[in-house]
Amino acid sequence: MSEITPDQVRHLAGLARIALDESEVTRLTGELGAIVDAVEKVGAVVSEDVEPTSHPIGLGNVWRVDEVGDTLTTEQALDGAPDHDGSRFRVTAILGEEQ
Amino acid sequence: MNTLVDLDVALEHFDPVIGLEVHVELSTATKMFSPAPNPAASLEDFAPNTAISPVCLGLPGSLPVVNAEAVRSSIALGLALGCEIRPTSRFARKNYFYPDLAKNYQISQYDEPIAYDGAVEVELDDQSVWRVEIERAHMEEDAGKLTHVGGSTGRIQGAEYSLVDYNRAGVPLVEIVTRPIAGAGARAPQLARAYVQTIRDIVIALGVSQARMERGNLRCDANVSLMPRGATEFGTRTETKNVNSFRSIERAVIYEIRRQATLLLGDTAITQETRHWHEDTGQTSPGRPKSDADDYRYFPEPDLLPVSPDSDWVEEIRQSLPETPSVRRRRLREAWQLPETDFHALINADLLDVVEATISLGTSPAAAKKWWLGELSRIANDRGVEVTSLLTPEHVVELDRHISEGTINDKMAREVLLAMVEGEGSAAEIIEARGLAVVSDDGALRAAIDEALRAQPDVLAKIREGKVQAAGAIIGQVMKALGGQADAQRVRELILEQAEQS
Amino acid sequence: MSELHRLSALDLQGLLQSGEVSATELTQTFVDRISAVEPVLNAFVHLNDAALAEAREIDARRANGESLPATAGLPVAVKDVLCTLGMPTTAGSRMLEGWRPPYDATAVKKYRDAGMVALGKTNMDEFAMGSSTEHSAWGPTTNPWDIERVPGGSGGGSAAAVGAFEAPIALGSDTGGSIRQPAALTGTVGMKPTYGGVSRYGVIALASSLDQVGPVARSVADAALLHDVIAGHDPRDSTSIPDAWPSMLEAALRSGVEPDLRGVRLGRVTQLDTDGFQPGVRTRFAQLLELASAHGAEIIDVDCPHFDYAVAAYYLILPAEASSNLAKYDSVRFGMRTAMTNGQSTVEDVMAATREAGFGDEVKRRIILGTYALSAGYYDAYYGSAQQVRTLIQGDFQRAFEQVDALITPSAPTTAFKLGEQLDNPLTMYANDLTTIPANLAGVPGLSLPMGLAPEDGLPVGVQLMAPAFQDQRLYSVGAALEALIIQRDGSTLSARVPEPGQPRQQVAQ
Ligand SMILES: [Mg+2]
Ligand SMILES: [Zn+2]
Repeated sequence: MSEITPDQVRHLAGLARIALDESEVTRLTGELGAIVDAVEKVGAVVSEDVEPTSHPIGLGNVWRVDEVGDTLTTEQALDGAPDHDGSRFRVTAILGEEQ
Repeated sequence: MNTLVDLDVALEHFDPVIGLEVHVELSTATKMFSPAPNPAASLEDFAPNTAISPVCLGLPGSLPVVNAEAVRSSIALGLALGCEIRPTSRFARKNYFYPDLAKNYQISQYDEPIAYDGAVEVELDDQSVWRVEIERAHMEEDAGKLTHVGGSTGRIQGAEYSLVDYNRAGVPLVEIVTRPIAGAGARAPQLARAYVQTIRDIVIALGVSQARMERGNLRCDANVSLMPRGATEFGTRTETKNVNSFRSIERAVIYEIRRQATLLLGDTAITQETRHWHEDTGQTSPGRPKSDADDYRYFPEPDLLPVSPDSDWVEEIRQSLPETPSVRRRRLREAWQLPETDFHALINADLLDVVEATISLGTSPAAAKKWWLGELSRIANDRGVEVTSLLTPEHVVELDRHISEGTINDKMAREVLLAMVEGEGSAAEIIEARGLAVVSDDGALRAAIDEALRAQPDVLAKIREGKVQAAGAIIGQVMKALGGQADAQRVRELILEQAEQS
Repeated sequence: MSELHRLSALDLQGLLQSGEVSATELTQTFVDRISAVEPVLNAFVHLNDAALAEAREIDARRANGESLPATAGLPVAVKDVLCTLGMPTTAGSRMLEGWRPPYDATAVKKYRDAGMVALGKTNMDEFAMGSSTEHSAWGPTTNPWDIERVPGGSGGGSAAAVGAFEAPIALGSDTGGSIRQPAALTGTVGMKPTYGGVSRYGVIALASSLDQVGPVARSVADAALLHDVIAGHDPRDSTSIPDAWPSMLEAALRSGVEPDLRGVRLGRVTQLDTDGFQPGVRTRFAQLLELASAHGAEIIDVDCPHFDYAVAAYYLILPAEASSNLAKYDSVRFGMRTAMTNGQSTVEDVMAATREAGFGDEVKRRIILGTYALSAGYYDAYYGSAQQVRTLIQGDFQRAFEQVDALITPSAPTTAFKLGEQLDNPLTMYANDLTTIPANLAGVPGLSLPMGLAPEDGLPVGVQLMAPAFQDQRLYSVGAALEALIIQRDGSTLSARVPEPGQPRQQVAQ
C-alpha cells in the first residue's frame, strides 16, 4: 500500500489551490492511494541509462521571427473576465507575497 | 531593532557572503513567447492591457512560441558574461499561483539553462578588480503588474482589492545568478553595487536591454549571509527583493549585514526568508519565509522544444560582441592618461561614451574631460537633464578648436558654450554675432599696457628683480580695459619684453 | 431527400458541388435531425445559431460564380475543446460556462476557410478527462446503439453525433484514446494523427505532449477528407510538424476501391489481445485477422513488452501536465469566480473556492495526482520514471515497425458499458484506454474503425491500426481496404445498422 495520508492530500490541495472539503480529502486519500499503487510500477521497469522522453516527436529550435503578430484589444481581453475596472482585471485583496 | 551595530563592528566579527540575482528585461520587439509588442523595448508607457495576446493572458488553448531574437540576445549576454553556451538547453515550467502570473506557471529554465559557468570583472572605486563568478544565466518570462487599491499605503497590506495589467506578462527576461561571493569584507556592499553596474554596462554595450533600473528593466535580488570571521561554512541567508537603484543595492547590503550581525551577536538565529527593501527608511522588512509552499514542481515545458543553437551561429555572435566594459576601461585609461580621480569621475557620471567620441574627433583628452565633466555637467545638473542631451561631441570639438586657435579665451568659451546649449547656433556663429574674438593686435595691447604702467610705475623694476608675478596686476588692468577680450598670454609676453628692454 | 442526413460526407460534397443540394438545405436537414434526436442523446452542448446564415452565405457565393473549396457547405460538428469565435467554449466544464474565446483554434480556422458549416459544439468529459463522457458538467451523452450505455469518452459527443447522423463528420481530440475509444463504442471511425500533424493552437490543453486533434466520421474516406482539411504546419504551435502531408483522402480512395492487402504485414500485439478483453471483442478481432489474411495480409505476432506499463506511465504524465495546464483556471481573467460570503477572504481563498466549485471530481482527482507526481521528492520515482517508460514504449514501436507495416489491435477491451457502471472506480475506467494509450505516448498515428458487433451484446466493436509517425496515409490506405472487406463480408456498413436512438437494436448472429 502506498503512503498517502489525509495530510498529504491537504498539502497537495494547497499546492493545487483547491479548497477540498473534508469528505473529499477522505475519499481522495483512498483513491489516490489505490492509483499510486497501480502506477508506481513504472519505477520497476526503468534503469538509469534510459533517457526520458518529454516530446514524442523530436523537433528542435522552433522559433518565431521577432515581429508583432496576433494581439488582443483591452475590450477583448476583459470581455470574459469575472471582474475588471475598464482597463485592468480586478481581484480580491491579495494575502501572500509575490514569489 | 532601532539600534543596529555599526558596519565596522559587524565586520569585526563576521565575513559577509553575498549572492546576486539580476533580472534583465530584453528589448526585443515582441515578447518571449508571444507575438505581442514588448513594452520593455521602449521608454514609453503603454495603457494597461494594450500590449497583450491570448498567449500573454494564458487564454485556454493558447501556446507559446520562442522568440528567435530573444534567444540571440540571451546567447550574446551569456557570452559577454564569459559563460559557456549549452549545446541543448530546455524550458521548464515553474508552478505557483499568483494573480500576476497568467498561467499560474512561469516558463523558465531549470537544470538546463542556456548559459552557465561564467565570470565578470568588476572594478571598485579604488580601482581594485574583483572577479565575480556567474553560476548561470537563463531565459524566462516576466509576470504582469499588480496595483493595490484601498488602504492607506498603496501596498499589499490593507488593500481592498488589486488590479492586474498583463502588459509586462511575457516580457523576455534573462536571469543572471552569481555564485556566492565571499571574502570581500568591507567591500561587499560596494561590490554588490558595482557588479550590477557592470551588468548594466554590459547589456547596454550589447544593446539587448534599455537597462533602466527605475523602469524595472534591470532588477536585483541580493542574498546576504554572515559567517564568523575565519569560518568557511556559510550562514543562513536572506534574499532582499527588487532593490531598484544602484545606491540602494549598496545600502540594502549594508543594512542586512548590520541587521544580521546585531541578531547573531545577540544570539538570535537568522530566519531564511525573503525581505523587502524600503527606499524611504533605508531598511528591509521581512517578507515570505521559505516553506514547503515553495515546491515549484518544475518539469520540462511540453509546449516548447529544446533550444540547440548551431555552434557556428554561437561563434558568429561571439565574434560580433562589443568590447567588455572592463577591457574598454583599461584601454581608455591607458590612452587618455587622465588623473585617476578624473577618469573615475567620468565613469561614475556615465560619460565615457561621449568623451571617447569627442576625443576621436580631435579634441585632447584633458579638454574633452574638462568640458563634459565641468561646465556641461553643471548645467545638466542645474536643469535636471541628461548631460548628453545638451550638446553633441561635434559642438564641443568646434568650441575647443576656437580656443586652441586663440580665437577666443576660456572665459568667452563658457559664454559660447552656454549660447550653444541655448541653441543659438554654431560656435563660429555665436562668436561672430556677439563680437567675442580676443584682441591680439599688439598695438592696441601695448597702448593698454602703457596706460596701466603709468598707474603702477614700479612693476617693471620688480620684474627685473625677478618678481615675475608682479606682471599679474598689469594683465588684470589690461583685461579690464579691453572688456575681457584681451589675449592674456600675449599681454604677458609684451610686459616681459618691455621689462627686459627698459 | 429525407435520408440526406444518412449520406457520407463525400457524397454530400458531390451533391453540393453539383448543385443538387444547397448548403442551406443540407444544414437545415441536420438542424432538424439534431432537434429530433438530441433529447435522448445530448451529444451537443451548444448549437451554432449562425449555421443557417453561414450556409446561406456559401450558397450566395456559389451562385455568384465564386470558386469555392470542394468542402464548401459541408456541415461539421466540433468538440467543445476547440476554441471558436461566435460559439461558447467550455471543455465540458462549469469552470468555463459561457466563455466566448476571442479567437479561433487553428483547426477551426481551417474548416472555416474550407467553407464548412459548424453545427455546434459537442459534449465531452470535463477537460477531456474520462472515457465515458459522464464527467461532463452538462450531463452525459448516450450511445446511439443503446441509450442506457455510454458513448465512450472523452469525445462521446462527437462520436454519438456522427453515429446518430446528427452530423456527417466531426472534430475530436485524443490524449489517450478520446477519439478512437468513442469511435469503437459507437461504431464510427476515428483517427488520432501523428503528434504534431494537426495544430494544437486553440485546443484547450489536457496533456500537452499527448493531445492531438483528429477527425470522427462514419467511413475511413470521410475521416480522411476532414483530416486533409485540418492537417498542416502551424507556426503558432511549436510542436507542429513542418513537413507537408500527402492527401489522406487519395490514400483512402485508392485502396477502398479494390481492397487488396497483398504484401501488407500486420502486427498483432500480443500484449493487446488478452484474456482480459471481452470475449466478443476477441472473437471479432480474430475473425478480422482471418479476413485480412485471406485477402493477402501477412499477420505477424509482435511483442511490445513495455506496453504493459503504458497505462501506469500515462496516469502519471497526463495528470502531471494537466495539473499545470489547468492552473490557469483561477477566476482572474476568464471563466467562473465563486462569490465569497466571508468579507475577510483573500484572492487566494477565492481561487481555491472557485477551483473547488468549478472542477468536477475526476478533474480534481487528476490535478491532485499530478501535483503529487511532480512534487519535491517524488518527481524521479513518478514523473521521471514515466518519461523513461515513454522511451521504452517508443523502442517497442520502433522494433515492431522493423517487422511490420502497421500494428493491429482491438480499439478497446470492451464494448459500450452502462451509464454509471464505472463511475465509482477510477482504475477500472482508466483501463478502457489501455489499447489506445501507447500511440499517444509514442506520438504515432492510430485509426479506429468498426469491425462488427459483439455477439454477446450486439454492440459495436472497433479495430485499431497504428503506423510509424508520419505514416498517417498508410492507416487510411490499410483502413479503407479493411473497411471495404468488412462491408463486403457483412453486406452493409455497420453504421447503417444503428437503430434510431432509443429504439432496441437487432440481435446479432454469432
Ligand atoms: Mg530570486
Ligand atoms: Zn527569475
